[in-house]
Amino acid sequence: MENNTAIKDRITAIEPAAVWSEAGDGLFKVPAASFRHLAEQLRHAEGFDFLRSLTGVDEGEEGLGCIYHLENTGTGENVAVSALDTDRENASLPSVHDLWKGAGFNEREAYDFFGIKFIGHPDLRRLYLRDDWKGFPLRKDYDMSLNPLNMENEEANDDSPSYVMTKDGGYILKRHPLFEDQEYVINIGPQHPATHGVLRFRVSLEGEIIKKLDVHCGYIHRGIEKLCESMTYPQTLGFTDRLDYLGAMQNRHALCMCIEKAMGLEVSDRIRYIRTIMDELQRIDSHLLFIACLSQDMGALEVFFLGFRDREKVLDILEQTTGGRLIQAYNRIGGVQADIHPDFVKKVKEFIKYMRPKLQEYHEIFTGNVIVQQRLEGTGVLSREDAISFGATGGTGRASGWACDVRKRHPYGVYDKVDFKEIVLDNGDCFDRYMVRVKEIEESLNIVEQLIDNIPEGEYLMKTKPIIKLPEGSWYSAVEGSRGEFGVYLESRGDKSPYRLKFRSTGLPLVSCIDTISRNAKIADLIAIGGTLDYVVPDIDR
Amino acid sequence: MFDFGIWTSWIHSQLTALMPEGLAIFLECVAIGICLLLMYVVIAIIMIYMERKVCAAFQCRLGPTRVGPWGSIQVICDVFKMLTKEIITVRHSDKFLYNLAPYLVILASVMAFACIPVSRGLEILDFNVGVLFFMAASSIGVVGILLAGWSSNNKFSLIGAMRSGAQMISYELSIGLSILTIIVLTDTMQFSEIVMRQADGWFIFKGHIPAVIAFIIYLIAGNAEVNRGPFDLPEAESELTAGYHTEYSGMHFGLFYVAEFVNLFIVSSIAATIFLGGWMPLHIPGLDGFNAVMDYIPGFVWFFAKALFVVWLLMWIKWTFPRLRIDQILTLEWKYLVPIGLVNLLLMVVVVVFKLHF
Repeated sequence: MENNTAIKDRITAIEPAAVWSEAGDGLFKVPAASFRHLAEQLRHAEGFDFLRSLTGVDEGEEGLGCIYHLENTGTGENVAVSALDTDRENASLPSVHDLWKGAGFNEREAYDFFGIKFIGHPDLRRLYLRDDWKGFPLRKDYDMSLNPLNMENEEANDDSPSYVMTKDGGYILKRHPLFEDQEYVINIGPQHPATHGVLRFRVSLEGEIIKKLDVHCGYIHRGIEKLCESMTYPQTLGFTDRLDYLGAMQNRHALCMCIEKAMGLEVSDRIRYIRTIMDELQRIDSHLLFIACLSQDMGALEVFFLGFRDREKVLDILEQTTGGRLIQAYNRIGGVQADIHPDFVKKVKEFIKYMRPKLQEYHEIFTGNVIVQQRLEGTGVLSREDAISFGATGGTGRASGWACDVRKRHPYGVYDKVDFKEIVLDNGDCFDRYMVRVKEIEESLNIVEQLIDNIPEGEYLMKTKPIIKLPEGSWYSAVEGSRGEFGVYLESRGDKSPYRLKFRSTGLPLVSCIDTISRNAKIADLIAIGGTLDYVVPDIDR
Repeated sequence: MFDFGIWTSWIHSQLTALMPEGLAIFLECVAIGICLLLMYVVIAIIMIYMERKVCAAFQCRLGPTRVGPWGSIQVICDVFKMLTKEIITVRHSDKFLYNLAPYLVILASVMAFACIPVSRGLEILDFNVGVLFFMAASSIGVVGILLAGWSSNNKFSLIGAMRSGAQMISYELSIGLSILTIIVLTDTMQFSEIVMRQADGWFIFKGHIPAVIAFIIYLIAGNAEVNRGPFDLPEAESELTAGYHTEYSGMHFGLFYVAEFVNLFIVSSIAATIFLGGWMPLHIPGLDGFNAVMDYIPGFVWFFAKALFVVWLLMWIKWTFPRLRIDQILTLEWKYLVPIGLVNLLLMVVVVVFKLHF
């Protein structure tokens, strides 16, 4: 490899204006003017092809901007770059949607929350909030009283604004219509049985064929990131279970890991074992629900109930220890809420023995069914390049041939001690996305089986100070959620509540690629695509 | 085999003794109409109850258990609930057609229902081109569905209606071809005659290979004809919310719902009549003792047993198989079922001409 020089030196070589900032995980600070050049170089010359996370930040005096967490999927190198614009009134950054397709939606989110204008972005509408929302809520100088409870219906806005750079360095606002006058546009959602929650697609049809698809998010936007800024660290934990409610364990694991990393706290082996086992049980739970919902979307109601029957067993085990079935509230800063139930080990072993033959049943009824294969094979193909570019991690990415498992890329918990396969398939179609998840259930069973007998003795909750304050700095940690990389970006100013807390949604990249993969598919295919992408809406909207 | 014709002709003779013949026939028509509608409703209730129990059994559930023994009163309660619900009319819909559509669907269903020979002497519409009439009457339903989808001024409904139109008109062909295959074997189109000719063996046995192929084609096409899974695209609930009847409420929706279930029964009972001997008991030529024992079981028991068996088959398929896609449905029909049906018809002609059947 010729890129042996440390990444820091290479970035300084590309862009001398970039300054390394040590606090926390460390990141490069780049002035807004020179950011675009650095981004292009990082993308094309250095091969940082995966935008892990894009976080809008308000740094007060230093200005508004974004933090880009990048990864080179070839070498596994990571770098964080922050670009700030000091002009608070008219903050603008060059858009990088053409370098990383996943940036498209993330920039809309940053625009929505911080009012940063992304020059060159083709469709800079608000992503979550209403179009008539006043002000930008995650700015530190935002005035709550600007937006009283609004009882008016939201006007449908069919224009997409974009800011285009002019020759003199300024920019002008242009508007493009989303749909033509004569297009047959139907609403799928926000109340629709197949969107798995309040997600809304506006679909332009030609007969049954989808010509264009526009995703509307925000129907369950609760402003969790904003809420977190006024809460102490232990209080912020409560929100994670309500993001991706099928990945409650993993989400909370990610946030606890991030805070523990910032505190410099090493948790005991017992805690790490318990957390890992719980994560995997949660993954089985989520994947079983995935099979159930996919089959229901496709009209095979029998498999729906089979999925729920088996998921019940997992939930019973989780409930016995955590007391919760959907909202587990189990992980805590420095450990877990309670020690595992005395029957836990026995029940988990029984479940593993029960589950293995049941998977065969799914294959017999669902996987092997000719209609299932006809409908799933070859539909909704997401290429490997697109998967990386959109940042579509999890089962979706792995079905497209991208080995994107955080458990392998950045091992946490005790994943480095267990032996498991990362399921990677090549076709990127709906059938592979389904198969990846079914096979991952087996792998999760293997992981749990290896760990369940070896849970070491030790503390289940480390001693922490009653009031947790983090040092100044910023940290990012990620876990493999049930449906992709779930990341937490935490920025602290030394206070007892976070200065900025951003959750990298697992679902947002998945819905951002729907338009690409469902064009020229049929309505029925859209349902299958939505089912196999396996997004959870509260996780998208946060 | 008991002939219910004895009763009906006795009633007729009693009535004509009392009043002029025209009035007697009029009264008989009214009575028969009421009986027909009552039976229609009872069958619908039985079918809905059966659907709930059968699908519960397939899905590791129990189904209704609370109202009445084994939940048997549940459906009746639901019918009353449906009757009391408000019928909502959508603004900007075509009011006349919107209100007409459910009645067209139920009309087609009742007319087709009247063709079914339940037992010997218990057939209402029975004439020499009964099969043709049945095909014609049952085809009216698609008009109602198209109107429902079009007049409710809802894009989902319209897509559902278009799917339904494409699907039902296509699959009518296969139904026709498979019934035609049996007509070649029987040389009659009268339902009562068709049943009578199966006294020495049901057609699925007498016609052997071509009859079995026709039976399978009929089951597939019949399933598609009544818009049930895996062919339930017109009302694919996960794609089009409820398809063509999205905008209907109360009893207007109830009519669609009831018609769907009775149509399932009609399709099954026609399958039972044409292929499985209708009310004719199982007769094996040569075993006279066995045949005599079989004759003790009344005809309508045979008929309902066979029809409900076919219903159960179709329910099993519905609750297990996922839904097809619109292009796959049309491919299945036009590229597979129709050519196979045509070849099968030819095969049956060969079988009949060379007397290869039993």
